[in-house]
Amino acid sequence: MKIELVYFGRPREHLKISRETADVPAEASTLAGLLAWLRLRGDIWAQELADSRVRCAINQEFAGLPAAINEHDEIAIFSPISGG
Amino acid sequence: MSVLIQEGDFDLAAELTTLRSGNSKVGAMVSFVGLVRDFSHNETIESIYLEYYPGMTEKALNKIIAEATERWSLINVRVIHRIGQLFANDQIVLVATTALHRGEAFAGCEFIIDYLKTAAPFWKKEQTREGSQWLETRETDVKRMEHWHNDTVRKSA
Repeated sequence: MKIELVYFGRPREHLKISRETADVPAEASTLAGLLAWLRLRGDIWAQELADSRVRCAINQEFAGLPAAINEHDEIAIFSPISGG
Repeated sequence: MSVLIQEGDFDLAAELTTLRSGNSKVGAMVSFVGLVRDFSHNETIESIYLEYYPGMTEKALNKIIAEATERWSLINVRVIHRIGQLFANDQIVLVATTALHRGEAFAGCEFIIDYLKTAAPFWKKEQTREGSQWLETRETDVKRMEHWHNDTVRKSA
């Protein structure tokens, strides 16, 4: 399943990535599963993408960890927001 | 009703003049301007850096404005949020509202800035002499936002 991943805030800076297209396996079909799959990429990924440290959006709407992911979705992964 | 995200500064007086123009029913205009402080946790801030999520941030801000105009009879709303590198005393954000009466203008403006803090995707990094740090959502901001869920507050103003 192909999805678009975008990163903002702390994970974007620390992982040195702002956008990628990823081909994710079936077990990564929820946000929780996707984060677990991304954490396999290495120590820094495991550290930056701990469930408690990131927030997510699916197609530009905030979404919780159990939310389902579909083909071609735009998934955003970011640190907690701080505007204003 | 309009939202703008930009690197450059904004002219408060010019924005307010535009916001109120062409409608002689406007009896009240309220503006909130957020500024960059030079301190945080007893450290001196050299600068801050702000980024946003093009597309989602505008959508989130428009949703907050829609919610505000549903609760209060606002005649016009302007939100400007700056991004990029900012320094102490710089203006970061403008929320301005117009209404027939001050109660609605005040409530709408406060509601929008409170929601913006916790529901609009912006990320802020502080640069001090010791290094830099990404800020996280503040618990006090979440409390202020939750206060608006209260039913008596919902109907106030």
